[in-house]
Amino acid sequence: MSAGPRTPFENPVVEWVDQRLPIFTMINKEYGVFPTPKNFNYFWNFGAIAMFMLVTMIVTGITLAMHYAADTTVAFDKVEHIMRDVNYGWLLRYIHMNGASFFFIAVFVHIFRGMYYGSYKAPRELLWIFGVIIFLLMMATAFMGYVLPWGQMSFWGATVITNLFSAIPVVGTTIVEWLWGGFSVDNPTLNRFFALHYLLPFVIVGVVFLHVWALHVTGSNNPSGIEPKTEKDTLPFHPYYTMKDSFGLVVFITIYAVFVFFMPNALGHPDNYTPANPMVTPAHIVPEWYFLPFYAILRAINFDVGIPFTDIVFFEAKLGGVLAMFGSIVLVALMPFLDKHPVRSARYRPKYRIALLLFVLSVFVLGKIGGMPADAPLMHIGSFLLTTTHIAQLLTLYYFAFFLVILPYLSKREKALPMPESINDAVLQCKSGKCCEA
Amino acid sequence: MSSNDHHSHCCGGGNCSPSTEIKDQKTEECCGHCDEPSRRDFLFMTAGAMGAVAAGSVVWPFISQMNPAADTKALSTTEVDIASIAEGQAVTVMWRGKPVFIRHRTAKEIEEAKAVDVATLRDKQSDDQRFKTRPEILVVIGVCTHLGCIPLGQKTGEVKGDYNGWFCPCHGSAYDTSGRIRKGPAPKNLEVPSYSFISDTLIRIG
Ligand code: HEM
Ligand code: FES
Repeated sequence: MSAGPRTPFENPVVEWVDQRLPIFTMINKEYGVFPTPKNFNYFWNFGAIAMFMLVTMIVTGITLAMHYAADTTVAFDKVEHIMRDVNYGWLLRYIHMNGASFFFIAVFVHIFRGMYYGSYKAPRELLWIFGVIIFLLMMATAFMGYVLPWGQMSFWGATVITNLFSAIPVVGTTIVEWLWGGFSVDNPTLNRFFALHYLLPFVIVGVVFLHVWALHVTGSNNPSGIEPKTEKDTLPFHPYYTMKDSFGLVVFITIYAVFVFFMPNALGHPDNYTPANPMVTPAHIVPEWYFLPFYAILRAINFDVGIPFTDIVFFEAKLGGVLAMFGSIVLVALMPFLDKHPVRSARYRPKYRIALLLFVLSVFVLGKIGGMPADAPLMHIGSFLLTTTHIAQLLTLYYFAFFLVILPYLSKREKALPMPESINDAVLQCKSGKCCEA
Repeated sequence: MSSNDHHSHCCGGGNCSPSTEIKDQKTEECCGHCDEPSRRDFLFMTAGAMGAVAAGSVVWPFISQMNPAADTKALSTTEVDIASIAEGQAVTVMWRGKPVFIRHRTAKEIEEAKAVDVATLRDKQSDDQRFKTRPEILVVIGVCTHLGCIPLGQKTGEVKGDYNGWFCPCHGSAYDTSGRIRKGPAPKNLEVPSYSFISDTLIRIG
């Protein structure tokens, strides 16, 4: 990370440090004068917002950890102790608890932005893949964090999710017992989950560093998807985008604060205020909302995959569901290789735009179904009883078809709309009302 | 690999192929022309292999520490007095952190279990393979083989599902009076733990 030729700083202390470690030169280059496309819309705020959330989670997490103990006999009580006795403990916990949700909101919007404006395409493929890795690490972190309060949902969520690995042929049970450190989710499991829940956010920090580094090699994409060509196309990051990011962040924090102070349990499940009981399963186990679309995909595969009308089964329903669930995220990482269309932005790709918006809609509906009981009846069509499972199967099919069929097909066939010459021209077109601000 | 010393001047002692015309040259470059592995290659390989073994044996404790610890395993037998379980009744005991269902089956329940054509089952087991010596005492692990919920059907008044055994509320698996999977997403029958009769009225699980 050499910062290249240095211009001296006026402040002698800054200059003294910078001569020895050009950290101020680096900051100025990457966050001060960094040339940034001038046409960013508010979708470009969510990277900075996600970064803010990561720091928030680490700060509140470490302070919570000072009062928590990962032992099944006391974990639940420790969280209550935080809530009732520790000074501002309730605040720390509610910031952390809702912070997980808002972190996911920021990252979901951030990922959508990338999909809509084609930010995953060359030369940003690796940047995109780092992003998906961050998302996977976040899911692992949040899953293990949710186990720590040792309520009923903590326990049974952990049981159901770790049991997914038992679907792996031959070694499944061995792997699950290895994850548990016993023969069921129990004290050893809670202990290791706490250790890993503490560790993983720092691994995320490491991958975020690589993510941002890669970003600063290629530069940012922008709503037109056209690379900046001249100085007319860009603005220095500071003060233009430091200001825009700060404003967006304040709006975001305001909404977040409404949840923390006025409806802190709205996004959680009341069952998690009942201590874990290994002998009683709650009637309806649901994961946290940000896992619901993937949970719906998992449950949609309720049939064995094999040769029809024979006993030959390639994989059982359980394994099929697990493969589909993990596959659904792997496909996101593979987007740069599935979509080879030369035009980045959905603004100039009307067909891709429709396919993508339908994709987003199906993810929302999958999320809704993931939160409902399996096989919940919806309506009768003649003698056929339509259930949530049927809808989930249909949408799962679309989810996979979007990546595996529609993207490759549109790469070859879609004719893009006429493109402006440069970012500057794109902006001028918009000003004269010739384009929609999408 | 032979340790032919005739060519030791080449490649610091390695074996050049005899067919190589420069085999007798005392130059360093001749190594590049050897098409047989040299002594140096051999050293690389053995050092590499030893390194891999060393790395593996260092990594293993860090992986294995996550497996069930000795005291966790030591807790893995439990004794149950079954004398008090009347016909038609069931009890649940805790074993290895999991519930174990012990059901004293009625003649009708045994009848139902035996009447099933094994070939039609998802996990093909006859009722005889499901109990030890006494058909009326059925012992199974009370954990749904789908994703690990506890099926209902132990207490009087709980739903027992379409097959009069157990019903898992999580995703709707139904088990019969032999604990075999009959309906729903679970792939396997309820597991039969290893257990033995210590006396007529006492069993040891694990
Ligand atoms: C990627 C960042 C993080 C995410 C997404 C995350 C997520 C979560 C979630 C969802 C919970 C459950 C909250 C509840 O229902 O009570 C939780 C609890 C907890 N987390 Fe984190 N966390 C993160 C970082 C950290 C860090 C760095 C620490 C430091 C040790 C930490 C310590 C804790 C503790 C002690 C609890 C238990 C107390 C409680 O449940 O409120 N977390 N975390
Ligand atoms: S866990 Fe029992 S049906 Fe899914």
